[in-house]
Amino acid sequence: MKKLINAPENVVTDALTGLAAAHPDLAVDVAGKVVARASGPTPGKVGLVSGGGSGHEPLHVGFVGYGMLDAACPGEIFTSPVPDQMVRAARAVHGGAGVLYVVKNYTGDVLNFQLAAELLEDEDIEVATVVVDDDVAVEDSTYTAGRRGTGATVFVEKIAGALAEERAPLAAVAAVAREVNERSRSFGIALTPCVTPATGRPGFELGPQEVELGIGIHGEPGRRRGPLASAGELVQIALDAIHQDMPLSGDLLVMVNGMGGTPLIELYLVYAEVKRYLDKLGARITRNLVGNYITSLEMQGCSITVCRLTDDLARLWDAPVQTPALRWGR
Amino acid sequence: MDKTFFREWITEIARLVDARREELTRLDTAIGDGDHGTNLARGFGAALEALRSADPPTPGEVLVTVGRTLISTVGGASGPLYGTAFRRAGKALGDALEVDLAGLHEALRAGLAGVQQLGGAVEGDKTMVDAFAPAVAALGEAVVAGKAMGDALAAAAQAAEQGSAATVPLRARKGRASYLGERSIGHQDPGSVSTALVFAALHRVGAR
Repeated sequence: MKKLINAPENVVTDALTGLAAAHPDLAVDVAGKVVARASGPTPGKVGLVSGGGSGHEPLHVGFVGYGMLDAACPGEIFTSPVPDQMVRAARAVHGGAGVLYVVKNYTGDVLNFQLAAELLEDEDIEVATVVVDDDVAVEDSTYTAGRRGTGATVFVEKIAGALAEERAPLAAVAAVAREVNERSRSFGIALTPCVTPATGRPGFELGPQEVELGIGIHGEPGRRRGPLASAGELVQIALDAIHQDMPLSGDLLVMVNGMGGTPLIELYLVYAEVKRYLDKLGARITRNLVGNYITSLEMQGCSITVCRLTDDLARLWDAPVQTPALRWGR
Repeated sequence: MDKTFFREWITEIARLVDARREELTRLDTAIGDGDHGTNLARGFGAALEALRSADPPTPGEVLVTVGRTLISTVGGASGPLYGTAFRRAGKALGDALEVDLAGLHEALRAGLAGVQQLGGAVEGDKTMVDAFAPAVAALGEAVVAGKAMGDALAAAAQAAEQGSAATVPLRARKGRASYLGERSIGHQDPGSVSTALVFAALHRVGAR
């Protein structure tokens, strides 16, 4: 393993130190591991807080800023943050209108946010929680901890963030977050595993002619291992799975997301295949993102996330946003 | 058993977890995130620090302090689950200065109930409960049978070890390993292994 690090145990804090230096718009509590807007809590606005394991950059710290998150709590690499961080974040962003926790459906994330919400009950800070679970690759979710939260998290944070910026009440912001989650589906594919700095070894083995179909954001599998195929065939597997679960029609928001180790040329190539597939169905991509938004360190591969838009969701998607990783209209 | 006994128990857990950190992480790499050993070692290390600086006056306070520290430092699923186990067990002990075997059993039963309430796992789901539940049951039987402390704790440790070994052929239904479906079969659950270490540590300290 070769990585640009000083020491495995300091990777997260060293990275936060750099984030703080690069983005004066952010207030970074390096020791407490909370990243918030430097402008402080916005009076009368619902505070949006998310968090999860580090190693998925720009998620979540890269989405803190106007029009999106008020704060993010990065955990250790691939490990959920602890309740103290989430409580500190809620306090830091509470502008009197309550706080929305956006939680990806992973057992650790769900449990820690649940404990944090319990702790905040005594502090007169109203907290609502939305659990994102968009990953169709988890087939028999009645026998598991449910579907995982993956790419739709970006959509939920952006759209709920826009509504919060309009000073909508907590119940409405939580409702739109749930609506986005319900209208979104994802599927991920890995070409290679990644190496966490603490272990220095790949998280799983994958042969040179194999792909893992239906990965989550740590590369954990969801469906099966298959032979390496053309981008068009792999896109078809992913979109067939999504289309079977949620028929794709009308106006769509599509994200082709790189897992960290795949260059943009391949992601655009994949996007062309996605468009070809959806054109055949008669569905229209009216909004899109192509790039690295929710990664797994240096893993090669991509995930595809689709959201069936309404006019209102499209309007909120278009609203101005100013964060390190997403920025338009302002 | 007084507060010193409980501190020694936590010290022994920290030592065992640290010694077997690599093994726990390797087991977790097979079916999880590959961080179980690292995270638990960090948590129990922090728990020892907390005990050194706070010096809680009762067995109950020792365990509550450990539980709180684990929740604040471990992260993942094992932070809240282990933290809740120790916190609930500590609360069940109240402010007694001395705890007998029956009291310890009651406390561990409360800890197990907390874990199951939070995580929603039952025996057979391939989680820490598969080691925790049989250990508590074995301890309960030993109390009823009037066994000596060393024998009772040996029975609990052995039941945890066997329960953990029995997770190998199971299919995971909770936590990250559940996403592997059939592919989780054939791997030992890392949470059950660390739970077996908690009971092994209890036995070692009790046999001194």
